[in-house]
Amino acid sequence: MTVIQLLIIAFALFAISRTVLRLRDGSVALGWGVFWLVFWGAVTVVTVLPQTASAFAALLGVGRGADAVMYLALVVLYYVVFRIFVRLEKIEHDITRLVRDRALSDLPEKEDHR
Amino acid sequence: MKTTVVVPAFNEARTVGGVVRGLRPVCGQVIVVDDGSSDGTAAAAAAAGATVLRHGLNRGLGAALGTGITAAVRSGADIVVTFDADGQHKPEDVSRMVEPIAAGRADAVIGSRLLDRRKMPLTRRLANWIGNALTWSLFGLWVSDSQSGLRAFSRQAATELEIRTDRMEVSSEIVKEVRRHGWRLAETPIEPVYTEYSLSKGQGFLVGLKTAGRLVLRRLMG
Repeated sequence: MTVIQLLIIAFALFAISRTVLRLRDGSVALGWGVFWLVFWGAVTVVTVLPQTASAFAALLGVGRGADAVMYLALVVLYYVVFRIFVRLEKIEHDITRLVRDRALSDLPEKEDHR
Repeated sequence: MKTTVVVPAFNEARTVGGVVRGLRPVCGQVIVVDDGSSDGTAAAAAAAGATVLRHGLNRGLGAALGTGITAAVRSGADIVVTFDADGQHKPEDVSRMVEPIAAGRADAVIGSRLLDRRKMPLTRRLANWIGNALTWSLFGLWVSDSQSGLRAFSRQAATELEIRTDRMEVSSEIVKEVRRHGWRLAETPIEPVYTEYSLSKGQGFLVGLKTAGRLVLRRLMG
């Protein structure tokens, strides 16, 4: 086993333990917790048994296992960034609503003359 | 008919007082939305006689307009006018903006700075054209000055108007709303006052690019 494999495995185990902890204290939703556990589990498997990546690559019709992993990593990254983007927009929107409601509460009592 | 003028202002203490004083004789109420300024904008506006609403945090032009228009409707406005705080609009133009709505010919009015082309600096004109073209390609409505800050809405339109964007994209979003609700739109020529100060405000090139980027993203994401 090479040094890089050991490093990646150590990091994946660390990430899994964090995810479990966050799941327990409820700061990560169940769906996302499972997503990350599966993700880091897959990372561990591929690191320990690189031939699984090759098999996976053959299945997808990609030449090398390492390439398949890179492609997949890109797709996952884009998806995660997209989710964060959507989330951020929602938070921005919510902040504006809060700020607006507070500002409107300063409005002098209804002077509607109609 | 009660006309309420909404003035969104972010760090405009230098000009907002004069703007409010100019507006008071031409409308029933002036609402200044201080969008989290740190320079005494709210105090200057209040001293000049405006109803002042304060955003605790800076949320951007769209957010400030949304707050101001909601407040105007709640205060019983029949016509809501939006007006820039940097002194680039003339209070005399308010009556021209209101007229098509009061006469029942329009639901929304956009004040166009482009009917007298020589008044607008060349780079601005180019940027404006790009803004118009983008607005048209995204929302399917050509407006001669889609980025104008001087607009008027009937009470009905102001109530239906839904502003979702917080920042400068709001100008194009309003055009989108005109189309979505099928409001009758009038474009009224207005006379802009380009001072060094008002030119330094508004959208520079980079902010314009960002605005354009966000507009496209929003459109793509529905």
